[in-house]
Amino acid sequence: MAVLPVDVTAVATTGQVGRKKRGDGKAATGFLTPSMLGLLAFTAFPIAASLIIGFYNWPVIGSRTFTGLKNYETLLTSKEFHTAILNTLVFVLLYLPLNIVISLGLAVWIGSKSIKAPGLYRTIFFIPAVTPVVANAAIFSLILAPNGLIDSLMQTWFGVQAPNFLGSTTWAMPSVVMLSIWQGFGYNMLVFSAALDAVPASLTEAAAIDGAGTVARFFRIILPLITPSIFFAVVLTLISSFQVFTQAYVLTGGGPETPPPRWWCICTSRASSSTSWAWPRPSRGCYSSSSW
Amino acid sequence: MTSDAPSVTGVTPSVSAPTLPSARPRPVLSSRVGPVISQILLSLVALLFLVPIIWMVLSALKPSAEAFTVPPTLFGSAILFRNFAEAWNYLPFGRFILNTIWVAGVGTLITLVASVTAGYAFARLNFKFQGGLFILYLSTLIVPQEVIVIPMFLVMQQLGWVNSYKALILPWAFTAFGTFLLRQSFITIPKELEEAAKIDGCGHLRILRNVIIPVATPAIAVLAVFTFITYWNSFLWPLIIVNDTIKMTVPLGLQLFLGQQAQRWELLMAAATISMVPTVILVLALQKYLIKGIALSGLGGR
Repeated sequence: MAVLPVDVTAVATTGQVGRKKRGDGKAATGFLTPSMLGLLAFTAFPIAASLIIGFYNWPVIGSRTFTGLKNYETLLTSKEFHTAILNTLVFVLLYLPLNIVISLGLAVWIGSKSIKAPGLYRTIFFIPAVTPVVANAAIFSLILAPNGLIDSLMQTWFGVQAPNFLGSTTWAMPSVVMLSIWQGFGYNMLVFSAALDAVPASLTEAAAIDGAGTVARFFRIILPLITPSIFFAVVLTLISSFQVFTQAYVLTGGGPETPPPRWWCICTSRASSSTSWAWPRPSRGCYSSSSW
Repeated sequence: MTSDAPSVTGVTPSVSAPTLPSARPRPVLSSRVGPVISQILLSLVALLFLVPIIWMVLSALKPSAEAFTVPPTLFGSAILFRNFAEAWNYLPFGRFILNTIWVAGVGTLITLVASVTAGYAFARLNFKFQGGLFILYLSTLIVPQEVIVIPMFLVMQQLGWVNSYKALILPWAFTAFGTFLLRQSFITIPKELEEAAKIDGCGHLRILRNVIIPVATPAIAVLAVFTFITYWNSFLWPLIIVNDTIKMTVPLGLQLFLGQQAQRWELLMAAATISMVPTVILVLALQKYLIKGIALSGLGGR
């Protein structure tokens, strides 16, 4: 809400004040206009609108009525919303630590002196981060499906059938987490690689001379030095993991064999098929936008 | 070293005798063997990591109905490259690719123009509320796309833009991320370069075009690639705003495949392979810049 008015005054006043004081105001207005108009129209306005719409019963066709906090009440008492919140939290709790540990571990491993051609490995581990999520999820449905690669290998080697990963409520979450980590840790690995490269070799060498082993050098010297990067990566990964949608949607809801499970999240797949929306607040993650 | 201990206290001297000479050069040996083992292990991990992608390509080449076999086979009874052609034709996949190239290309262009100009204003100009305005820009980065998707849909509906390329392109062309990335890059350019141009009588536009942009080309290239990849992979918004098959982008096409092609997994995998080619080529070609860009900003398309 606060975004809109402040933005507007800032644009309006830069011209006047800038002219009086520091000559660049006029030019700044010109240079900022394209970006500012776009941001106002396509970011600030929808954010404000989402807040306002949340207080209305707002059908796509027909008249809207002010309902106050009723949408919030409906949402907060809705069982599906609780499930969605819980699932998102479980996802974040599983995904975040695994992502950080794996990306940091691999960054350290690839960065160690003994590894030749580190750029090659970094590129390999980064590739799924740029391929379409839908394509990644399609591959994982093929691998995880009954008689897919994993099930088929288990039958051949152990004579046991693998669980129906995508069709069971127990295994769907680990499957989504696995896919998310596979495609997601590349960014953090590169961030950590850059941070590790910046650690002065003289420090670790001095510690080695003083008798610090590999483990001690890592936890006492390297880790404290790259703490800012870890903090940065944790925050960004936390934000993005609350927004998980596509992997879950395609892997468990869009597959041919599995019926779309309602338990994951209550998301409108096709906005046009819903009759009304009410958006509670600009919170994160999967939350309801379904019609009531 | 630990394995040498028994040889000293060993019961059988005949066994310890041959191990003794090898005990001395051992540190040298292990410092040579260790790295090799580490390299081999890492390569195995990388291979394991690539199994899904390898499996995708292998499955794409199999005859129909051989995607699920017990035991699994690397190759089917025949290797069919025509699966790719069939996938291309089964749905208008060529059309999806053209659509996506158009949307991603134009979107990237608009993003670059808006980000370069705004980045210049924040980095090289002085105006009132500069700091506050920049923080407002940054604060929009924490708002997830899901929050604005439904109001955005209503806006598009009011404008009559549903099912249009405009609706696929414009809403995401003005992100604060581009402005942020380029501002960080522009701010490092020495003032002297700019002042020399100013003395020569250049205005802001010419300074931007002749001084700033040439110097900051790597950063602009990084932004261009990330923007293109983000548009290329975008799923949630196209899913909501487009339901006309002829306007669909590649991820939507794949989703359509997933729904319709329950029995034709080899075609789906062929389509998935095709959908990955452009972004993978971009990353391989520009990996040096991209890695530097991510290291600087910590985010790209995520």
